[in-house]
Amino acid sequence: MRSNQRSPLGLRLAVLGGLLFLHLPLALILLYAFTTEEKSYAFPPPGLTLHWFAVAWGRDDIWSAIGLSVRVAAISTLIALVLGTLAAMAVHRAKFFGREAISLMLILPIALPGIVTGISLRAALNFGDLPFSFWTIVIGHATFCVVVVYNNAIARLRRTSTSLVEASMDLGANGFATFRYVVLPSIATALLAGGMLSFALSFDEVIVTTFTAGQQTTLPIWMLTELVRPRQRPVTNVVAVFIVAVTFLPILGAYYLTRDTQDAAGAGK
Amino acid sequence: MAAVSAKGSTPAVRFESVSRRFGALAAVDEVSFQVEDGEFFSMLGPSGSGKTTCLRLIAGFDQPTGGEVFVHGEPMAGVPPYERDVNTVFQDYALFPHMSVAENVGYGLIFRGVAKAERRKRAIAMLEMVKLADRADRRPSQLSGGQRQRVALARALINHPRVLLLDEPLGALDLKLREQMQVELKAIQRQVGITFVYVTHDQQKALTMSDRVAVFNDGRIEQIGSPIEIYERPATAFVAGFVGESNLLSGELARRVTGSVVAISIRPEKIKLLAAGTPVDADHGSVDGTVRVIVFLGAAIRHVVAIPGGEMTVIEQNRHADPATAWSRIGQPVRLAWLRHHAQPIGVGA
Repeated sequence: MRSNQRSPLGLRLAVLGGLLFLHLPLALILLYAFTTEEKSYAFPPPGLTLHWFAVAWGRDDIWSAIGLSVRVAAISTLIALVLGTLAAMAVHRAKFFGREAISLMLILPIALPGIVTGISLRAALNFGDLPFSFWTIVIGHATFCVVVVYNNAIARLRRTSTSLVEASMDLGANGFATFRYVVLPSIATALLAGGMLSFALSFDEVIVTTFTAGQQTTLPIWMLTELVRPRQRPVTNVVAVFIVAVTFLPILGAYYLTRDTQDAAGAGK
Repeated sequence: MAAVSAKGSTPAVRFESVSRRFGALAAVDEVSFQVEDGEFFSMLGPSGSGKTTCLRLIAGFDQPTGGEVFVHGEPMAGVPPYERDVNTVFQDYALFPHMSVAENVGYGLIFRGVAKAERRKRAIAMLEMVKLADRADRRPSQLSGGQRQRVALARALINHPRVLLLDEPLGALDLKLREQMQVELKAIQRQVGITFVYVTHDQQKALTMSDRVAVFNDGRIEQIGSPIEIYERPATAFVAGFVGESNLLSGELARRVTGSVVAISIRPEKIKLLAAGTPVDADHGSVDGTVRVIVFLGAAIRHVVAIPGGEMTVIEQNRHADPATAWSRIGQPVRLAWLRHHAQPIGVGA
């Protein structure tokens, strides 16, 4: 078996290097959340303290930014779950003219640079004379959240035997009952994974948000402004550590849920 | 006229010049037939012959582009699958992976307004019939292929449909299990007394289980009849070749060997292998040839015999004291003889 052989030393070093390159900056952020030095990132830090966690805890602007981000992410994800599932079912079930084009157009928002999505949304909002608000942020985020849910749902639908739906109809279930008893349970874990991923994407989104937010400050926007105006710098790092944790956990969860769906569907213990 | 069968009851299923076209391709091409109430009816044919499409038209998963399908006399146009008194056993069983075996079997009762406890009770009773009551709380993924098939059967029968459709349900099983299930299926059909419409490409299954068989080819029915009729008196060259083996003699060869102006089919096992020059009775046809190839089949031995202008296959039961001696026949002149009425004339159109 190939997998039993040890990889060549060079390859192992390259992998190690790659992983360090990816994760060392995160480690630095973690480290400087505890530093006693407020103004600059001197290495090694002159001392370690938990002071900044207390400072961060006490700052209202952080709490309101977190609150806004959570609400935006939750509602965007909710919208994405409904629209993404419906779109996936339509594209999966029906064969109609332009189906592939619609499939591509649904995926496009995530392939397009966020800045393009942001500019076009801003232009559209201006054109429609809509004031920037909580809801304009939600709309902006929903554009890419829908894609994530759609992709997860359609991948699962493609792996689900179409005869399951037919069997359900055959046994007397109409369309809604079939959705409730057969389709939804079949794609539930995929929707959960897609929802988590979409929540995480929305939670740390900066570019689209800058174009669609008015006075509101989401957490990532707050961080960006903090970097421009340095004040209690390690507090930013504390918040960064918090964001890493909040986005990492759902992504990890999504990974485990979709990793081996055959097992997940069959074991049920 | 055709609405009422010979027995005087309404046929379970009736097709009236039904077509199903996909663009230019006719998957089912103006097919008419009827399935009697309580009958075990097989639709036999190679893949792409239209038999599965016919099944889907009965179930309501697909709609005809022409003609009309009737189930117990009712026209089915526009009737969705969930309003048809018909249930299906799918080729891949289509058991719901997220439900237990008992939940799968009881699924159809949800839509009849049966309460949960009662659903489970009836599901267990159904599972007892297929001898799987002890697996009620397993998941389908924890069952073997044969067990899944029985669960699918129990699930399809729980609503007591008037017609049960089976789409090659034995296809995925290994030979031993298949033969066993075949016997069980037939027994269950007699026990519940409902109409079975069975789709298969396996002529052996169709012959052993069915009351009647419809042989499909290219979207049309070549012949409908009892297994004996289909086998003994194939109407077309296709049926002769698809159901069992056949020596098909046509044109000049048919005229010379049997004196027939139309093509002739003779089953290989109907032919006697005689020593060259053996006189044959007046009710026998015969031809002289030379043994070319011997193939050992176990229960039988296949001989390929060269005759002037062609060759014929003869299958003889393996009753040799020492089967190894069969090979000594290779290259030997022989006389082939058969009862004249075993030489079946084949429709000219085929």
